[in-house]
Amino acid sequence: MATSVQRASQQLTMADLKGKVDPDWCPGCGDFGVLAAVQKALVELRLPNHNVVTISGIGCSSNFPGYMNTYGMHTLHGRALAVATGLKLANHELTVLVTGGDGDGFGIGGNHFVHSMRRNVDLLYIVMDNQIYGLTTGQTSPTSRVGMKTKSMPFGNIEAPVNPISLALAAGATFVARGFSGEQKHLTELIKHGIEHPGFSFLDVFSPCVTYNHDNTYQWFRPRVKKLEDDSAYDPANWTAAMEKSLLWGEEIPIGKFFERTDVPTLHGAEPVLNDGPLVHGDPKVPPDVARSFIEELM
Amino acid sequence: MKQTFAIGIGGAAGQGVATPGDIFAKIFSRRGLHLNAYNAYQSIIRGGHTLLTIRTGTEKVTNMGDRIDLLIPLNQDTMDRHLQLLTAGAACIYNADTIKPGPAADGVQLCPLPVSELADISRNKVAQNTLAIGAGLRMMGIGFQSLEEVLREQFKKKGEAVVAENIGVARAGYDYAAAHFADFPDALAKTENRYAILSGNVAMAMGGAAAGVKFYCAYPMSPSTGVLHWMAAHARKAGIMVRQVEDEIGVINMTIGAAHAGVRAMCATSGGGFALMSEGLGMSAMIETPVVVINCQRAGPSTGVPTKTEQGDLWQMLGAAFGDYPRVIAAPLDIGDCFKLIPEIFNLADRFQCPGLVLCDLLLSEGRLSVHPKDLDFSPPIDRGELITSANGNGTQSASATNGDYKRYKITDSGISPRAVPGVPGHIHTVATDEHMEDGVLISDEFTNPVKRRAMMEKRMRKVAGIEAAVPPPTLSGPRDADLTLIGWGSTKGVIEEACEILNEEGVSANQLQIRWLVPLHGDAILEILKGSRHTIIVENNYSGQFARYLRSETSFVPDGHIRKYDGEPFMPHHIVEAAREQLAGKTKLSVPMHEIMV
Repeated sequence: MATSVQRASQQLTMADLKGKVDPDWCPGCGDFGVLAAVQKALVELRLPNHNVVTISGIGCSSNFPGYMNTYGMHTLHGRALAVATGLKLANHELTVLVTGGDGDGFGIGGNHFVHSMRRNVDLLYIVMDNQIYGLTTGQTSPTSRVGMKTKSMPFGNIEAPVNPISLALAAGATFVARGFSGEQKHLTELIKHGIEHPGFSFLDVFSPCVTYNHDNTYQWFRPRVKKLEDDSAYDPANWTAAMEKSLLWGEEIPIGKFFERTDVPTLHGAEPVLNDGPLVHGDPKVPPDVARSFIEELM
Repeated sequence: MKQTFAIGIGGAAGQGVATPGDIFAKIFSRRGLHLNAYNAYQSIIRGGHTLLTIRTGTEKVTNMGDRIDLLIPLNQDTMDRHLQLLTAGAACIYNADTIKPGPAADGVQLCPLPVSELADISRNKVAQNTLAIGAGLRMMGIGFQSLEEVLREQFKKKGEAVVAENIGVARAGYDYAAAHFADFPDALAKTENRYAILSGNVAMAMGGAAAGVKFYCAYPMSPSTGVLHWMAAHARKAGIMVRQVEDEIGVINMTIGAAHAGVRAMCATSGGGFALMSEGLGMSAMIETPVVVINCQRAGPSTGVPTKTEQGDLWQMLGAAFGDYPRVIAAPLDIGDCFKLIPEIFNLADRFQCPGLVLCDLLLSEGRLSVHPKDLDFSPPIDRGELITSANGNGTQSASATNGDYKRYKITDSGISPRAVPGVPGHIHTVATDEHMEDGVLISDEFTNPVKRRAMMEKRMRKVAGIEAAVPPPTLSGPRDADLTLIGWGSTKGVIEEACEILNEEGVSANQLQIRWLVPLHGDAILEILKGSRHTIIVENNYSGQFARYLRSETSFVPDGHIRKYDGEPFMPHHIVEAAREQLAGKTKLSVPMHEIMV
């Protein structure tokens, strides 16, 4: 979010950030916790909500923008990051939040996920990872564990799941973190940090699906999640250490900030065309002398 | 008939066909001559066979024509393929050390250059090219000075020694031709005019810049890549954000994202990339964020023939994305029109908040044409439509509180709802690809509502009437009371025009109806025009008569005949003339001319 952060002239409340309709998620869905944490983070950061754009793809968690009182875009399945990149480049003064699920981000949107990270687009990407397809009523997702039985793999998943944290580290994300919907305060801090990080912030959030995923429940996660922040020896500037931590799964699953570096220019920061400010505020006309030079080249 | 002069330069890719082509083009344009250039080539970086045709004349040259006056084969393969196409009065300049001519028609002048005697070929690998340019210009009656000037520019970066050497070699060719070959009977004319020479891709990119495009992105795909190259090279001067994206799905979505933020955003691709963009176009229509997408058609289906032209994507454009939605589709008529069309279609897309689609093809995208500089207008009319980019009356209230009465999808008589862009206080809203109510709230997930769905569908589709009113109907050119009406669309304008001229000279009166706006089509106006036609033939560069089928579906009109070509190469005037004659004689209703140049 780098350069020119505008703060709200008056303190927003949680109620100010509520959208026009209430979430239609199943009672107990992990996404409620993520929504509350995002709203809390925006209140605490004092960001004016008309300068925030929440962009999603398609899926249960992708209904997210409709539940926020910020500018919002509910785009196509898997395409939120591409839309967000274009929007950010046209107006880099906007704070961009991208929200979606594991199917949206790691399945159909996998290509954009990888390339957005290497580009270091300045936005926060929150994946509500429930390891299942919910809105299509319970099929295997890219993060479903081997052996998980779903409607699409009734005899158990035989494909290895993707590891979003390792993938993000390998693809060059400059902020990589994992949260848990059941750890509100911790999650809110990660979101605030992710918004303020200059560059691509990836936040994978365990957000249990109470209807279709009976394996990875709140009860399953609670004893397993261990905050990286509790380990004073852990250094999130160390990429190799982060990669090692990302491989931990089972009895102990790390949550928190795996990795951050701030020495990589953001995509909009690296582009001299934006030196005079956001494109949307500039004069769209090509100056006459420049136009003349374009034609003279051809003569 | 128009006086023109055409040069064919052929060789393998990598043999340097482009450089002599550029040199001839520069010299012609500086003589105030028009020109049209078309390069027939293959998807190979080294090898294969390419044939560049440059046709020049004092009047506008709209196509490659029927005749080569001067052939410069840079290898034996080119000689073998094309010498037999030359007719009386033509000449062929070739390297006598390496190339042997076959049988040539009577009256064709064979001009062998003893290359190793005239130049040090161990030092200068392309000496044969430079010698041939010198010899050719001499035979066309062009003074050496103009060649010297161009060579100086061409090689100045390589230092004075290289400049001097090339001028020396060119001079040797020039003098050798003066001593050994007969000049062409008419020296090439000269006028006081000055033209810009550009490809359709450059024209569309510049048209975008003139339209105020601030965001352009693409995935490289022939034959559209030239748009990306111009944009990338001129981005900083023109203040345009140019990005190369991971795939065309990313391209259309990024374009929509930028457009949604409030800038004019454009992208270009070819048929395969356009297919990937299809779902995104539906989003543009549903969230009512305008974008302009260019499809430079190549021969399909699938990977098809990447370096060859076709008008085969019409139905893909008409049917792109599922569901009904308003769209605008236009096919530029020539390279100058490639420039002019972009600001026009942006104005429509912005006013009606829908996708604008440009259906170009390889013939225009990669061909080159002389265009008068005044036709490259960088101050065209700009209409952004009902766009809210700063807080208006609503903005006086607290930005952080409610959003007043702003409804992004307000139901209006025109179907157009004022569009606020993110960042404007007091207009916060969420746009959705799901069906939504006037305020953007979904009517697809938690609840559905047939009444509201119908109202939103009708709101969007009401824009169609506005678009129709904003676009002029097509007009007939040529004598109203003609024996024959040739109907074409997009890039075939020039070649049909010349075919009509030839037919009229030969005593068959012919007129032309050329379609530029495909959607809206103005079917009633077309029927009104065709009502008076005696014999109608639709000419198009595809197998199934895509436009003929479209016209029939919109108007029930059935033409008397069809001329189609789907071999990858564009029409030549005589293809149309001969086919029209055979159809007027009642021999057939469908002609598929054979392309006699093997490229």
